[in-house]
Amino acid sequence: MSPELATPVAPPGAPARRAVEALACAHCGATVPPARRSEAPAYCCSGCEAVAAILRAQGLDASYYHVLERTRAGDAPAVPARPTERTYAELDEPAFQAQHVKPATDALARVELYLEGVHCAACVWLVERLPRVLPGVAGSRLDLGRQIATVTFDPAVVRPSQLARALDGFGYPVHPSRGAVARDARRREDRAALSRIAFAGAIAGNVMLLSFALYGGAFAGMEARFEAFFRWGCLLLTVPSYLGPGRVFLRGALGALRAGGVHMDLPIAIGLTAGMVGGAWNTIAGAGEVYFDAVAVLIFLLLAGRWLERRAHRRASDAAELLAALAPTTARRLDGAGVREVSIETLRADDLVEVRAGDPLPVDGVVETGASSLDLSLLTGESAPRTVGPGERVHAGTLNLTARLVVRVTEAGEDTRVGKLARLVEEHARRRAPIVRLADRLAGRFVLVVLLVALVTVVAWALLDPARAIDNAVALLIVTCPCALGLATPLAVSVAVGRSARAGVVVKGGDVLERLARPGRLWLDKTGTLTEGKTRLLDWTGPDALRRDVLALEAHSAHPLARGFQDAWFDELAAAPQATACDGAVTRGEAGLEGAVAGRRLRIGSPAWVLEASRAPAWAGPWVDRQLLQGRTPVLVAQDGLVVGAAAFGDRVRADAVEALARLRARGWRVGILSGDHPDVVLSVGRQVGVPPQDCLGGSTPEAKVERVTHDLLGGPVVMVGDGVNDAAALAAATVGIGVHGGAEAALGAADVFVTRPGLAPVADLLDRADAALATIRRNLALSLAYNLVGATLAVTGMITPWIAAILMPLSSLTVIFSSMRQGGRS
Amino acid sequence: MNVIFVMLPLALALAGLFVFLCLRAINAGQYDDLDTPALRAVFDDDEAA
Repeated sequence: MSPELATPVAPPGAPARRAVEALACAHCGATVPPARRSEAPAYCCSGCEAVAAILRAQGLDASYYHVLERTRAGDAPAVPARPTERTYAELDEPAFQAQHVKPATDALARVELYLEGVHCAACVWLVERLPRVLPGVAGSRLDLGRQIATVTFDPAVVRPSQLARALDGFGYPVHPSRGAVARDARRREDRAALSRIAFAGAIAGNVMLLSFALYGGAFAGMEARFEAFFRWGCLLLTVPSYLGPGRVFLRGALGALRAGGVHMDLPIAIGLTAGMVGGAWNTIAGAGEVYFDAVAVLIFLLLAGRWLERRAHRRASDAAELLAALAPTTARRLDGAGVREVSIETLRADDLVEVRAGDPLPVDGVVETGASSLDLSLLTGESAPRTVGPGERVHAGTLNLTARLVVRVTEAGEDTRVGKLARLVEEHARRRAPIVRLADRLAGRFVLVVLLVALVTVVAWALLDPARAIDNAVALLIVTCPCALGLATPLAVSVAVGRSARAGVVVKGGDVLERLARPGRLWLDKTGTLTEGKTRLLDWTGPDALRRDVLALEAHSAHPLARGFQDAWFDELAAAPQATACDGAVTRGEAGLEGAVAGRRLRIGSPAWVLEASRAPAWAGPWVDRQLLQGRTPVLVAQDGLVVGAAAFGDRVRADAVEALARLRARGWRVGILSGDHPDVVLSVGRQVGVPPQDCLGGSTPEAKVERVTHDLLGGPVVMVGDGVNDAAALAAATVGIGVHGGAEAALGAADVFVTRPGLAPVADLLDRADAALATIRRNLALSLAYNLVGATLAVTGMITPWIAAILMPLSSLTVIFSSMRQGGRS
Repeated sequence: MNVIFVMLPLALALAGLFVFLCLRAINAGQYDDLDTPALRAVFDDDEAA
């Protein structure tokens, strides 16, 4: 498309656009915080800035933003990129190479990497431009659904860690793709399913053609030798379809019988077998009706329906597998001689491990020396980094951001917090009782009724006209073979799941919608789910002029509260960016900071620290208490030893939370908050969104959350909504786990449903949609049963012929398809 | 009409050939990823330049 190249499309960030959208990040389109608005193209975070710089340096920027613009759905901002600055040294270990790097050709090798954060066409484009960025890379292919990049490279020129660093630089953190065995098995399964459909489809089409000749013959007459020829043709074509692709249903029915249960496969298998055996008998005997077309088309349609349903929720990635992948497999152990890279398994308690800046922590332990800040987002979904120093506990899977740490090992491998959480997730995912799906429950009674009616038919016709008894019973079994019944659920589910995916709610299991049928308890995590998960200025008392002085001092701090001030008072900052000079700003750790602004000493920080050296007016004490009671973080501002201003910070409740919760309650769900945060904070949030105090459970550890959920499961269905790895096990244990927008990827892996747009409204939408889907399933089942009733009546009275059966069956399936497409609910 | 005894097996043999080719394409992995190729269509061919 050269015309588009000739007139280069301006990347969002070029001057013309910047005037209009001054607040949108030039890379991802998110709102730019005021502190970062000074330079020309504004970026919302250092991550986006770094990615944009790499794109520019490689000359990829214009095309990338072009693809992004053309394919972006609506005005949803892209997920912000987050380069992690990890070294990925573990990817060069011989152990990793032996397991993951496979030879592609004589000179080239191939590796599969799991990429976090790929989600759109522009991501595909960027990942596949890797050969242009890195010499030695021959090719790069991204499978968006599975989030797996397959990179072909020359191992003599480039190392796997360099590939990973380059992809990370684009903003897609890399995880070694574990579970290659499971994935290969899934791939084989997919291919086998498609092969079966292709084979069954070809046979169904051809048998249908031959059968049309037979129908013609039935009306207009046909020479016996032609009729015999066509019948034998049908028989010879249908046998391979029945024994090949059709075996799926036979095996399913046998398996269900052996397990003592009933499954939709049973009535299908009975119908198929009756049609096959009866037809073969009549063909050999040269008399009576044959129903090969019905058998062949049934096999094809049912296989296609099941494949559609499976495909609708394909994106599931193995949760436990990803969790384990968060912690590296090797560590740098310090011993007498120096540093040695060893595998995690060889570490013992009290070993010393070095963690360089940019590396993830390999173990749980206590900081021995060094001070740094950690990115906990993988573990908790929390965005603000936490500072750590000697004596503090740190956990595997978190990321060391700023400086070298030496950590004394307390636990490694499976015993770490992440390892235990992974086991919990696995355990609960396994233990969850499968629900008996509506269609399968119906199948049990259906089989019983059909067999009884068949028996009655045989007996009745044996008395009336013995020659037709068996033929009529066979006809009954084949026309009641529940094609539409078998399609009813898969079609309704795949339409609902497809629509909700377009609306930003990804449903991973076919039975999820049915699990949501009965209302029960609904637990919400607080941070990041009910609230925005960001620290904001919520209350301010003090003279307006003071704001500028506060900003001047806070400009010297990288503390999240400083950013809170800057975000809230952007207007002041823009009006007089550097009007107020600040001298000798000194930070006092977590307590606060002080410095001279406009000739006066300014001290901003925690009440305790500020009051050490300042007098407070009478209002200050009660004001601080009131803020603490509401679960906020109070900050005092003192000028020359007198408290003159006060600010309160907190995590704001999402704008749509109250309305969404009201919708959930209206559906009959009992909504509660289950959070790891301090109980007072949880109570305060509960008050704001209207959750009664007895349903606000604060201070819950991940283990306590699981316990709560499993306990409530005794009383009915439980839905858990959360975003962090600390919620993962509870998400897996619940009847349905819902991961919200922006959550840790591992939590999304453990959830049955995850939401790709912010807010709680999608959760309420999901419940609406589940209701609509269930109504459609019921309608479909009723429609197909009605067709079966008509067919059965005709068969019992001996009035059915193959061509009537051939019309009834596709007609019933079409009705079900239209009914599924027309289902209600917001899309 | 006797020609049908020859034509039908011939037609079926042809259908069989296509089924075989389709199965081969499936097992070569051409249908493994059904989402990403659709997106590649929107990329401009800037590599060629």
